[in-house]
Amino acid sequence: MADIEFLKKMATQVRRDVIRMIHKPSSGHPGGSLGCADFFTALYFDVLKIDPKNFTMDGIGEDLFFLSNGHLSAAWYSVLARKGYFDIKELSTFRLINSRLQGHPTPAEHLPGIRIASGSLGQGLSVACGAALAKKLNGDNHLVFSLHGDGELQEGQIWEAAIFAAAKKIDNLISTVDYNGKQIDGPVDQVNTLGDLKGKWTTFGWEVLETNGNNMKELLATINKAKSLTGKGKPIVILMHTEMGMGVDFMMGTHKWHGKAPNEEEFERAMAQLPETIGDF
Amino acid sequence: MKYTSTGNKDTRSGFGAGLHELGKTNPNVVALCADLVGSLKMEDFIKENPERFIQTGIAEANMIGLSAGLTIGGKIPFAGTFAAFATGRVYDQIRQSVAYSNKNVKICASHAGLTLGEDGATHQMLEDIGLMKMLPNMTVIVPCDYNQTKAATIAIAEYVGPVYLRFGRPAVPNFTPADQKFVIGKANMLTEGSDVTIIATGHLVWKALEAADVLAEKGISAEVINIHTIKPIDEEAILKSVSKTRCVVTAEEHMLNGGLGDSVAQILSRKLPSPMEMVGVNDVFGESGKPNELMVKYGLDTPNIVEAAQKVIKRK
Ligand SMILES: Cc1ncc(C[n+]2csc(CCOP(=O)(O)OP(=O)(O)O)c2C)c(N)n1
Ligand SMILES: [Mg+2]
Repeated sequence: MADIEFLKKMATQVRRDVIRMIHKPSSGHPGGSLGCADFFTALYFDVLKIDPKNFTMDGIGEDLFFLSNGHLSAAWYSVLARKGYFDIKELSTFRLINSRLQGHPTPAEHLPGIRIASGSLGQGLSVACGAALAKKLNGDNHLVFSLHGDGELQEGQIWEAAIFAAAKKIDNLISTVDYNGKQIDGPVDQVNTLGDLKGKWTTFGWEVLETNGNNMKELLATINKAKSLTGKGKPIVILMHTEMGMGVDFMMGTHKWHGKAPNEEEFERAMAQLPETIGDF
Repeated sequence: MKYTSTGNKDTRSGFGAGLHELGKTNPNVVALCADLVGSLKMEDFIKENPERFIQTGIAEANMIGLSAGLTIGGKIPFAGTFAAFATGRVYDQIRQSVAYSNKNVKICASHAGLTLGEDGATHQMLEDIGLMKMLPNMTVIVPCDYNQTKAATIAIAEYVGPVYLRFGRPAVPNFTPADQKFVIGKANMLTEGSDVTIIATGHLVWKALEAADVLAEKGISAEVINIHTIKPIDEEAILKSVSKTRCVVTAEEHMLNGGLGDSVAQILSRKLPSPMEMVGVNDVFGESGKPNELMVKYGLDTPNIVEAAQKVIKRK
């Protein structure tokens, strides 16, 4: 049984990490990271079967996670560090020169936990499908997870992979969409609407679940439901409704904080809303 | 001529034969194709290893991403399609998911260059060597005949890291040894000579040998080098030869911008400035036609190499 109170505390600490990480280099993407902090926390602290102290590139015998919307790197790094992949002190090097914590994730710097580069949007679903196929070829019955932005779904490659995953019955894959309705230039519905997104995935042959990604209990229940649907011949997607900027009032309800760092005054206001819970890096 | 062709064969069949053999010897090799199985000569591999073949349909970007993902489980993916769709169409996918991520993906590109023929410029990829060699971590290999393509296909499975393997459609002279050991990055010295060095790759290697024969009749001694690995290039072999002949001609079925000639010029201009001429496509798209007609029209034929050699010798 998951310790919901602990997970909530951890998610708050992750949000605090995110703001502190972005504030220092005055660069990064707070909006999506804050919105998905609960998801990253739930995944790494409850769902994934992983071995943080013995990271291997091939991940055989473990669950795998791929971040396709690589600009959410800050939240991912925070959770990886807090889960024990590397020292939390290293979080203070985010986006600075000579850091393993590149602006967008990469295995090139050999940071434990990272298996593929992302940043250029739209590529991660294909990679996740390939890794899921490799698991099947290896007789490894662990699962593959991936996260994607909703704006990212405008990329054609996503739908190439969506056709493929259903056609090849990749049923050891649980993909999640950060359905925050926002992207750089504004609301997704105005920029280039995805229309009936649930219908799209359904007709593409996927099992579709929906959840509130900022409600830890509901989120966990949905991911567990998704797990129970694996191995039944269909890939699974979770449309996860989140609030961009969740946890910092002035970053919510707008797309403006997709990729902007807070100034000093904004930083102090954000910190006041995100109390230290586990302990700062 | 010092070399004899055992008959004309297409290099893509050399790829198919190499892949077929890998199917028997390396259980980690997986093949992917985007609806061009027959063109890539993958049938024998697929027949014997259906579970290790992934038909992606016409979705090349997805094929590159799938390949990157497959390496994460320890697989060695050989992803095949036409050179145009294996590079230009999916450059960003290769750049991020394969090269920057340093994944053990083998990008296998057939129908490269003008000799694809009648399909015309949309399919005649002449920029791929440049695109691929610019990517850090990427190894770029262009074998010259059937036997060498087969040997190269087998060799790249042993090498860990991203590889671009370029081959072609037409049947061309097959003259390198069937039992050759393919060493990535090690040039083949084909003929010794003292007046001019001819550095060629791919289909132009045989033409370079023909050119050397014509030049010999004119009393000119040409040293022919087959650069099958464009990156990492065999700098030592090039410098050694040019320090003897003091002039060089490069020949390739590719744009002059970004090709083999570019790589050679970079080495020589830094370390051994020497007169140089380049045979290649000069900043134009191709067109429909028979392979040989195109090679003549675009100046990639034996007489073009002969002419370039005579010209470069005068510049010494
Ligand atoms: C291929 C590509 N095009 C454009 C960008 C620039 N870019 C980065 S994030 C982003 C918006 C992504 O929207 P979404 O996936 O909804 O993420 P969110 O803003 O909700 O975090 C864009 C356009 C990119 N990184 N990759
Ligand atoms: Mg969004």
